[in-house]
Amino acid sequence: MLAYLTDINRLRIVKIQDVKEESSTVKTFTFRDKQCAEAKPGQFVMVWIPGVDEIPMSLSSISADGSSSITVAEVGEATKALHQKKVGEVVGVRGPYGNGFALTGGNVMIVGGGTGLTPLVPLAESLVRLSSKIVFMIGAKTRDDLFFLDRIGTVVPEVVVTTEDGSYGLKGLVTELAEQFLEKQSFDMIYACGPEQMMLKMFLLAKRHNTPFQASLERYIRCGVGICGSCCMGEYRICRDGPVFSGEQLEKVRNEFGLFKREVDGSKVSF
Amino acid sequence: MSNRLVTEIAGLKLANPTMLAAGILGMSGASLKRVAEAGAGAVITKSMGLKSRVGYSNPTLVQVDCGLLNAMGLPNPSVHHFSEEISEAKKEGVPVIISVYGFSSKDFGEAAKVAAEMDADALELNVSCPHVERTGSEIGQSPQLVAEVVEKVKSTVNKPVFVKLTPNVVDITEIAEAAAKAGADAITVINTVRAMAIDVETTRPVLANKVGGLSGPAIKPIALRCVYEVYRKVKIPVVGCGGVTTWKDAVEFMLAGASAVQIGTAIAFEGLSVFKSIAKGIDSYLEKMNFGSVKEIVGLSHRY
Repeated sequence: MLAYLTDINRLRIVKIQDVKEESSTVKTFTFRDKQCAEAKPGQFVMVWIPGVDEIPMSLSSISADGSSSITVAEVGEATKALHQKKVGEVVGVRGPYGNGFALTGGNVMIVGGGTGLTPLVPLAESLVRLSSKIVFMIGAKTRDDLFFLDRIGTVVPEVVVTTEDGSYGLKGLVTELAEQFLEKQSFDMIYACGPEQMMLKMFLLAKRHNTPFQASLERYIRCGVGICGSCCMGEYRICRDGPVFSGEQLEKVRNEFGLFKREVDGSKVSF
Repeated sequence: MSNRLVTEIAGLKLANPTMLAAGILGMSGASLKRVAEAGAGAVITKSMGLKSRVGYSNPTLVQVDCGLLNAMGLPNPSVHHFSEEISEAKKEGVPVIISVYGFSSKDFGEAAKVAAEMDADALELNVSCPHVERTGSEIGQSPQLVAEVVEKVKSTVNKPVFVKLTPNVVDITEIAEAAAKAGADAITVINTVRAMAIDVETTRPVLANKVGGLSGPAIKPIALRCVYEVYRKVKIPVVGCGGVTTWKDAVEFMLAGASAVQIGTAIAFEGLSVFKSIAKGIDSYLEKMNFGSVKEIVGLSHRY
């Protein structure tokens, strides 16, 4: 029965060791946690902001020295409260949960939109060790929304940035740029994370170019352990079967992926 | 799966005596269908009420020493919006049971009426949620209120009605008898045990709702005792629920008097394969002990 209780599920209180401002709306919080230090890129943790909320966050760094981080955009009450946390203050974590990305070698395209970029950076850092050739594409609305460029630049030689207003990099949507690349070169895998419409577009592009695909999806998560059903998408539970899904899996939920998600009360709402 | 495992409860035919417990994965038809595919003998939806509910803020779940503690707060899109999900869930061919809750017998009657118009095979009345006020255990702790709710539902719908009881009472048999007398077709024993967790470093209760329901191995001996006591007092089938993780747990419940068992928390630790592994384990036990049917072991321990 001892196996029943897992260290991963245990709520641990961790001290914030570092807070870094990545952009005007995004901050990275670093903490030390044994379980998180052993996470796979693409896994997430449930972060408890005592007295406020508990939210799922992808790990934005997983390092061998035992420290991990989450990178958080201020978008609501919970993330606002988190943004006010300073070094030395505490949050709770449980996890890491979910499957994480399946690592692959060869010629790889990584496409991140907005804060969806976060889990893709530790992914790129792991892929580099597999000596893959990587093209890292970043899409943002505007220059001010960009972050992690330096960090990505140190591990990936080929980084391409698009902004919708043209204030940095190429003007346009990252999916348009990805399409141009796919027309010229062949890739062994496309990894995507960002707004669901963007991922849907990438899924369709990958399909058209016969390229294996993985995307990390987001839904409202409560339990994190695959029992409450809040984060369901078709037959899948985002927290347990995902958050990373292959193109084949997404094909099975085409009547839901990119079309609608479930609200906090379980009702369907269109994207 | 073997014919030995086939059983019947309140007119529902189950290929094996494992059921998905209410509140677990029952937010969508596709989820319910997947659990049925994974081997559950029947599936139960999340509890549905007349109006949608967003439930409580997170944390809604935390692991404690011997199980899980949760206070979801009955999130649901309302029973009115569940018809399509039930049709989807039904595709696998296993019985689908709609769990309903209400704040009064009138609510229960109305919710049951809407649920009964769907393609569901039975209803389960949640008079035992330990963490939402004015519904659940506040009804389930009173034999009079339980009887009132059951009578109302039975006079409104023509479907088998399961009543899920709370262990947070002095004498659970009193409530079970009241439900049976009012016309319940089966009794599910038990819902979670009212409990809480406090974090010493922040000195705060962990759950946003402070108090929740304990599930998992911690409550199995309590649930087993409740099944044992209820089985002695009522003639209708009893369904065991509470900490069933292995086939041995399931067999214990059946020996205590359960016709079937419900599984929930174990999915977090064992995955969805838990239904098949428990059913297979029960089957091996029946074979080893020379029983021809799972029905033969129900209540066997009462001989002593």
